[in-house]
Amino acid sequence: MDLSAINPILLLASLMVAATPILLAAIGELVVERAGVLNLGVEGMMITGAVCGFIVTINAGSPLLGFAGAAIGGALLALVFGVLTQVLLSNQVATGLALTLFGLGFAALLGQGYIGIKAPVIPKWPVPVLSDIPVIGPILFNHDPVVYLGIAIIAGVWAFLRYSRAGLILRAVGENHDAAHALGYHVIRVRLLAIMFGGACAGLGGAYLSLVRVPQWTEGLTAGAGWIALAIVVFASWRPWRLLLGAYLFGGVTVLQLNLQAAGMAIPVAYLSMAPYLATILVLVMMRAGRAPGSLAQSFHASR
Amino acid sequence: MTTPLLRLRGLTKAYPGVVANQDVSFDIQPGEIHALLGENGAGKSTLVKTIYGLVKPDAGQMELQGAVFAPAEPRAARMAGVAMVFQHFSLFDAMNVAENIALGMENPPPQREIAARVRLVSDQYGLPLDPLRIVGELSAGERQRVEIVRCLLQDPKLLIMDEPTSVLTPQEVAILFETLRRLRAAGAAILYISHKLEEIRALCDAATVLRLGRVVGSCDPRTTSAREMAELMVGSSLHVPHKAARPEGEVILTLQGLSAKAPHRFGTALRDIDLTVRRGEILGIGGVAGNGQDELVAALSGEIRTRRDMVLFDGKSIGHLAPNARRRLGLLAAPEERMGHAAAPDMSLTENALLTAAARQDLTARGFVRWGKAREFAANVIAAFDVRTPGAGNTARSLSGGNLQKFVIGREIMQDPALLVVNQPTWGVDASAAAAIRQALLDLAAKGAAVICISQDLDELMEISDRFAALNAGRLSAPRPAQGLSVEQIGLMLGGAHDMEVAHVDA
Repeated sequence: MDLSAINPILLLASLMVAATPILLAAIGELVVERAGVLNLGVEGMMITGAVCGFIVTINAGSPLLGFAGAAIGGALLALVFGVLTQVLLSNQVATGLALTLFGLGFAALLGQGYIGIKAPVIPKWPVPVLSDIPVIGPILFNHDPVVYLGIAIIAGVWAFLRYSRAGLILRAVGENHDAAHALGYHVIRVRLLAIMFGGACAGLGGAYLSLVRVPQWTEGLTAGAGWIALAIVVFASWRPWRLLLGAYLFGGVTVLQLNLQAAGMAIPVAYLSMAPYLATILVLVMMRAGRAPGSLAQSFHASR
Repeated sequence: MTTPLLRLRGLTKAYPGVVANQDVSFDIQPGEIHALLGENGAGKSTLVKTIYGLVKPDAGQMELQGAVFAPAEPRAARMAGVAMVFQHFSLFDAMNVAENIALGMENPPPQREIAARVRLVSDQYGLPLDPLRIVGELSAGERQRVEIVRCLLQDPKLLIMDEPTSVLTPQEVAILFETLRRLRAAGAAILYISHKLEEIRALCDAATVLRLGRVVGSCDPRTTSAREMAELMVGSSLHVPHKAARPEGEVILTLQGLSAKAPHRFGTALRDIDLTVRRGEILGIGGVAGNGQDELVAALSGEIRTRRDMVLFDGKSIGHLAPNARRRLGLLAAPEERMGHAAAPDMSLTENALLTAAARQDLTARGFVRWGKAREFAANVIAAFDVRTPGAGNTARSLSGGNLQKFVIGREIMQDPALLVVNQPTWGVDASAAAAIRQALLDLAAKGAAVICISQDLDELMEISDRFAALNAGRLSAPRPAQGLSVEQIGLMLGGAHDMEVAHVDA
């Protein structure tokens, strides 16, 4: 085993890349849960976004359009969930699980003709000047645009929830939907918008897997990333910056175990592959989770 | 005659199977405190929701200052100058006071300015409030202040108050009334809903009485007696509970230094409570909400376990026993929150009866439910306590608050307890149902059972209890004979006015 083969700078840089898909999916789910909805279909929306993004990119030749298509695909699938749970008042947990199963099968169907094709490479966007700083530059400022977009979305969601009127209303709806209704806010409308935002983010996260991380289409390529995103939302106590931390923690363990595998560590590969998930479980057990939004996962109907 | 501030003409609203409002018409004058009276289910809530834009009437119209007023949503009503303080507070626990207030306003200014204005208004009206406190940590009285200040910040022309005093101490009520009078002096009108007729007599200038959705009369509460108003509401003469003389029985319950940690973040710890209760007596326990009432009920019912010798029942240590073991011994309890604590909302009344009565009424056999017997027991409760429902197969959720309350109290009384603990037995219950529940508690005591009645309604406690004690921050005062206690003495026992002061502006 040769640990010196692991380059700490490359390791940290690839950590940010590895964390981006779950980061995107988790920030979307965070907004959904702050609005009081539990959507367990993140995995399904991610893989739908992955296949939509891949198909659009191959056919249109533009990864940018591909990501847009992924967001739209994810949001549309989320809208199905939204209509079922918010308008038809189906159970959120059961509907979310069904959405995951449906998404996995639906994505496999859509992607049949695309197995084995390689996605075009997305060029990096080094930030001028900043990327030339030694050590910090290559770690933080030499990535593809989606990595920056992910961090920008975190910052945007944080500011939205904290400073904007719409963010206040969204939190109010998630905290006590009966009171929000009594004050005249449109609970269902707010929740549908949040659900669609969550779907779009999950779609982006999925497309990042199929277009950047892998980068090709295979069935089941999300491999549980959507579930990790759900866990990270709880880990983060529904707060955006802690969510960034959680995603990096998971991404870090993922990258580290890959590097250890490559370095030929004398541990069976299966244990190393388990490590990120074990770490997530451990951290979730050790952390005292914060207070969940008051109306989380409850159906809202104006007459009750 | 001047134009009324708000004129209601022929408002009608029907829900499937029930007409909530039928042809309701009356006027509210500017600068008037107008009482809206009626039993539970008389249609008061529907009517105020119509005025606030939450419910669209099927027929009829409203005029505000002579102009047609048909708010499509609460936003429109707020813009027109109508504000409302809800019975079940419309507050968000995890947010701070300023955020809660911003949510109830149209075009709120930035948070910092709200904080400044909250301080100003709360000073002006003697309602101290810290804009940065988290609402979940406030007492019920303080939470109501948040609601009131939220309304005051919008300079309302009409303020609707739904049961505002049910959670306040006498001193807080006095201060609330002073605030409302100042508001009236400033030209605003107030539509005031309450079951407490003495309060209405002290405060209001006019009253409209609803029964089964119709206006059945109006009166001047300053010259009408509480009894006459109650009879107008009920439509028949009112039964006043009477206390029969009871012999003093032997000691049934002893608490020795009962202490318990707060069960959750917003709870209150119980501190060193000593108490003896005898058979045949009713002990009234008063106190402002959030001073340990829920915790005391939980420690008695067995939801909170304590050291075994902290609770002695009939000479046995039972502090460590679970609720069903205590029920078998004859210690029964009915907690405050009907929906979700005393009763499971989506289960039928039969199932709900089973949940607490299985042990004492023999409703199960070898692990199987004896449905016939359970149904019979539920039907007996329904008949004995005049619970208005089509049958025991209906869900608890489908009952009105008063009817469900009669059911959950009746369910315990019918099990023939040796000691019954009730918390807020008549909260949000109309006058006739409240009288029936109080009479049932008195009858139970007359038969030799002990009753501990925890309530925030002091009139109620004075009416039924033999001795009175007060809970304050988890401590229980020494009980005193209820007869002859004055309102001032009680107020002092409750721990003073809780940092409220009388308004001091010259409005």
